Amino acid sequence: MSEVLVLVDHAEGVVKKPTYELLTLARRLGEPSAVFIGTADAAGAVKDNLARYGAEKVYVVDDADIKGFLVAPKAEALAQLVEKTSPAAVLLTSSPEGKEVAARLAIKTSSGLITDAVDIAEGGITTQSVFAGNYTVTAKVTQGTPVITVKPNAATPQEHTGAGVVEEFAATISEAARTAQIVASQPREKSGRPELTEAAIVVSGGRGTGGEFAPIEALADALGAAVGASRAAVDSGWVPHSYQVGQTGKTVSPQLYVAAGISGAIQHRAGMQTSKTIVAINKDDEAPIFELVDLGVVGDLHTVLPAATEAIHHRKG
Amino acid sequence: MRIVVCVKHVPDATADRHFESDYTVDRVGVDGLLSELDEYAVEQALRLKEKAESPEDVTVTAVTVGPEKAADAVRKALQMGADAGVHVSDEAIAGSDAIATSLVLAAAVRKAAGGGVPDLVMCGMASTDGSMGVLPAMLAERLGVPQVTLASQVETQGDQVRIKRDGDTATEVIGARMPLVLSVTDQSGEARYPSFKGIMAAKKKPMQTYSLVDLDVSADQVGLSVAWSVVEGTEARPPRTAGEIVRDEDGSGATALTEFLAAKKFI
Repeated sequence: MSEVLVLVDHAEGVVKKPTYELLTLARRLGEPSAVFIGTADAAGAVKDNLARYGAEKVYVVDDADIKGFLVAPKAEALAQLVEKTSPAAVLLTSSPEGKEVAARLAIKTSSGLITDAVDIAEGGITTQSVFAGNYTVTAKVTQGTPVITVKPNAATPQEHTGAGVVEEFAATISEAARTAQIVASQPREKSGRPELTEAAIVVSGGRGTGGEFAPIEALADALGAAVGASRAAVDSGWVPHSYQVGQTGKTVSPQLYVAAGISGAIQHRAGMQTSKTIVAINKDDEAPIFELVDLGVVGDLHTVLPAATEAIHHRKG
Repeated sequence: MRIVVCVKHVPDATADRHFESDYTVDRVGVDGLLSELDEYAVEQALRLKEKAESPEDVTVTAVTVGPEKAADAVRKALQMGADAGVHVSDEAIAGSDAIATSLVLAAAVRKAAGGGVPDLVMCGMASTDGSMGVLPAMLAERLGVPQVTLASQVETQGDQVRIKRDGDTATEVIGARMPLVLSVTDQSGEARYPSFKGIMAAKKKPMQTYSLVDLDVSADQVGLSVAWSVVEGTEARPPRTAGEIVRDEDGSGATALTEFLAAKKFI
């Protein structure tokens, strides 16, 4: 059976959950091989976890010479691995970085590219959600090595023990690939909440909060949810851009999406319309968000949310 | 300095967008416009020109690839203040995937820059129809230059470019040297509306229309029939069935919300 390369998405050696989802999907196409770009030490620390979710091999590309540079070196390393292993496919996370690596890789290897898949079936048939979630599209790569980026939450990670054999891969990185560089980085404060795109529940606030996000955060914490926002709230400076759900922010597809004080413009719907269950709280009973909901509450979020939060704490005892 | 801005004419997102029988996007039967995310790229290009020591030495050329109506996207960029326009139109291009589109666009960018790679190629963060967000990286790969993407702030000094990017885990400053491909987000600054003067002036600005032959791109490298990925089917998402709407009176809203969440096992 052919290998399927999975680019490991990690921060400082901690593997992100979507990587395990990719390994799970990769098993439908062949034998998963994880590609870890980082230090040998970090690779040693994560290889058991990668093997637990099915990685038969773990290729380690030492990043000493390419750390801090943007995506071009990663694409070069992957292209060389594709040449060496002739994989059935290459899977990457649909993050901005994952998509850019994939774009360069597809051109380098003369291969077709599919982005933002929400499912991959045997034979490499992908499912995508397009036009603000109004259509689903099934597609397939017909040329070269399929390069596919997959959205978080596309699959439930399944444990399946793989051999996890570590193999160092010495990639040759060109000077030209090492030109765009991170010169400063200000880490964001950790909220302690789940990552927005990976969360099972998302509670979002919009213009209707009037800048008061405390009720949103309190409900989110009672539900173990991530906090999101509409563009109106971000543009008003109430929350950072990393909170934004919608066309120019994150696309989320959680089990439950709670929209509070969000009218539901098409740009926002593009980012949340595929959520399994949708609840909205809004003063305006004609807000378009109510067309999408499983439950809509016409009322003031500043009274409804705190009361609901208290009731939830009460139920939990 | 030579800046080329890539713009796309897209179906209006608020209209009823749909597919043709060959699964390509219907670009004729739906009102189209300059993708709003590309307006930010035009805006940043114009600001770089205006901030330059001698703005008259900076040329901003807007380039698009697409059917006849796509010229409207370039025209809008000219009205906003771009100096010149390039429209690549050829029936053979219809149905091209992002890979083939990037091939044509890279050739168009070179053509617009007089044959070489311009100092800056600017793009929006994604289109509002295909929304892949991969074109900047593909263009950079094809032009053999770095890409610096998703900028919320752009500064240049000589041939040095510094951008700010608001990532998921950190706010980063990224540095690179021209030539490069740069994409900007909707956080980079509101795009200007064309003034009446701008609209009138745009009519006199040069606008070139090229076919594939003019760009030395072979017609058998592009189009639906040679796309490296194929769509096997499209399906309209069934409309959501209308849910329950309750009006909050004396706390009934919170009770309904809590009971709903409990019934669905979210609590």
